[in-house]
Amino acid sequence: MNKKVLMSGNHIIGEAAVRAGCRFYAGYPITPQNELTEYMASAMARLSDGAFIQAESEIAAINMVIGASMAGCRAMTSSSSPGVSLKQEGISFLSALELPAVIVNCMRGGPGLGNIAPAQGDYFQATRGGGHGDYRNIVLAPGSGQEISDLTTKAFEYADTYRTPVMILQDGMMGQMMEPVIFPDPVDPAKLPPKPWTLDGADGRPRRVIKSLWLDPLVEEALNWRLSARYDEISRTIQSAESFMTSDADLVVIAYGTAARIAKGAVKRARQNGLKVGLFRPVTLWPFPKDPLLEINKHVKDFLVFEMSTGQMVEDVRLSLEGAGKVRFYGRPGGPISTPHEIEGEIKKIYEKINI
Amino acid sequence: MSTKIFSRPRYLKDAVFHYCPGCGHSIAHRLVAEVIEELDIAKITIGVPPAGCAVLAYDYFDLDIGEAAHGRGAAVATGIKRVRPDKIVFTYQGDGDIAAIGTAETIHAANRGEKISTFFINNCVYGMTGGQMAPTTILGQNSTTTPGGRTMSREGGPLNLSEMLGLVDGAVYIERVAVNSVKNIRNAKKAITKAFKVQMANLGYSMVEILSPCPTNWKMTPVEACRWIDETMTKVFPIKVIKDQVGKI
Repeated sequence: MNKKVLMSGNHIIGEAAVRAGCRFYAGYPITPQNELTEYMASAMARLSDGAFIQAESEIAAINMVIGASMAGCRAMTSSSSPGVSLKQEGISFLSALELPAVIVNCMRGGPGLGNIAPAQGDYFQATRGGGHGDYRNIVLAPGSGQEISDLTTKAFEYADTYRTPVMILQDGMMGQMMEPVIFPDPVDPAKLPPKPWTLDGADGRPRRVIKSLWLDPLVEEALNWRLSARYDEISRTIQSAESFMTSDADLVVIAYGTAARIAKGAVKRARQNGLKVGLFRPVTLWPFPKDPLLEINKHVKDFLVFEMSTGQMVEDVRLSLEGAGKVRFYGRPGGPISTPHEIEGEIKKIYEKINI
Repeated sequence: MSTKIFSRPRYLKDAVFHYCPGCGHSIAHRLVAEVIEELDIAKITIGVPPAGCAVLAYDYFDLDIGEAAHGRGAAVATGIKRVRPDKIVFTYQGDGDIAAIGTAETIHAANRGEKISTFFINNCVYGMTGGQMAPTTILGQNSTTTPGGRTMSREGGPLNLSEMLGLVDGAVYIERVAVNSVKNIRNAKKAITKAFKVQMANLGYSMVEILSPCPTNWKMTPVEACRWIDETMTKVFPIKVIKDQVGKI
């Protein structure tokens, strides 16, 4: 087994990406994700087959990733909220062109320039597509340093398997916090499964075209349905969530990422005080882990959704439950970080109501 | 016995061009395809067409093609070339694509000295969308969004992108040519050949700006359009070598 090391979340993504065979990175400076860009600059410089570009813009960076992916390379870009807004054009194109890529959003407070504090206001943008057109992209939300590494590996695998962009959605706190991590062995990019669709010059084979313009509405419709079928397959296959102390719970808190870390502390405190509370932590935000949530819903009817936003994931919770549960919401948008004590207080208020 | 002296270039597909009668794209496509055949680089060449009239270039070039979003050709080509430095990568872009929405991508790719070649079709107008003002529309020229003609005080003057790129260190070869006469077409082919050779020698960024007639949107006959290039357009966009750090190649 590899050695346990202590690293910040942003550095963990970089190291895990390189070990996953990522050999192209393009990015643009924005806080709080700069450590990742800087890590990739050093890491790619050490590799004989690695390419790093500090792009002139977020838009250029994502379009460089498109080119690298067309050429068959595992490619990544990263940014933070305002920068990810700029990347949406490229993410829509990646989806239409059926190209794998990994995009990291180290979320900060918004809208607009907002601030550089951790927040979760980009859930809608990440899970609803964000760019134009009828598409989805896989969104993974790590909750610890180890999971950042594990999900970065998975992000590249999912991207290649489903030929779709994958977003790692973390926030400034996950990116900056140092935690222990054990990395997997590095993957040799040359030994990855071949991609028979890449552009490398039509030598001894018919030429290949990667494009997204389909002027015939029936052809464009067929593409949309083909993508839709793939999204259905993804939804059936990769849903992932952590359930913590939910088996005997009267009330389950639902939160992801940093909010889930805080909520877990609150649940532990509440348990010490005799409250039967659990935590459900979505790891895949798209597809939303509806199936494991419905499992819990068989015996739990009361939920508290906690987000560092005014309430975005709460809509997916309600859509998943289809009325088969009472869903309450508590949020702190714009950057303040709640304490476990604060969330425990919210838990208590609801718990008292449902146990009358 | 008959001898074949003229035929379709090998890497231009047997398809009917969608371009309007008298449009310069068809000639520019042909020249690029002829040069690729003569240099014998088709097997290693990847083309990046734009959004605009030439978006359908993949219907004509029998090459590996990766389509870029509007203006992003230089960024997409950069990604391809950095991953596959042994391939030949070219972008084919119109004036709106390269000199308006894609200005930043173009200047910075050139400044990094990306080993790519760009063929920039300048016809002073947004053709595909129906004749709006382009960054290269000249002063006084009518367009659907400059009724009465482009004015310095309202829209500013035409952008001389090639001259701007001439100031950029990573750009090693920039030439402006035209496809409005036999003589100019011959010179255009020489410039396209040189641009590819610059890339094959790994010397830096190369670009050929091609002044190209658009009779439809200029509301002229093809003959008038070719004459307009000589009499008016070349006064603003002179045909010349703008930068050559390479010399004979």
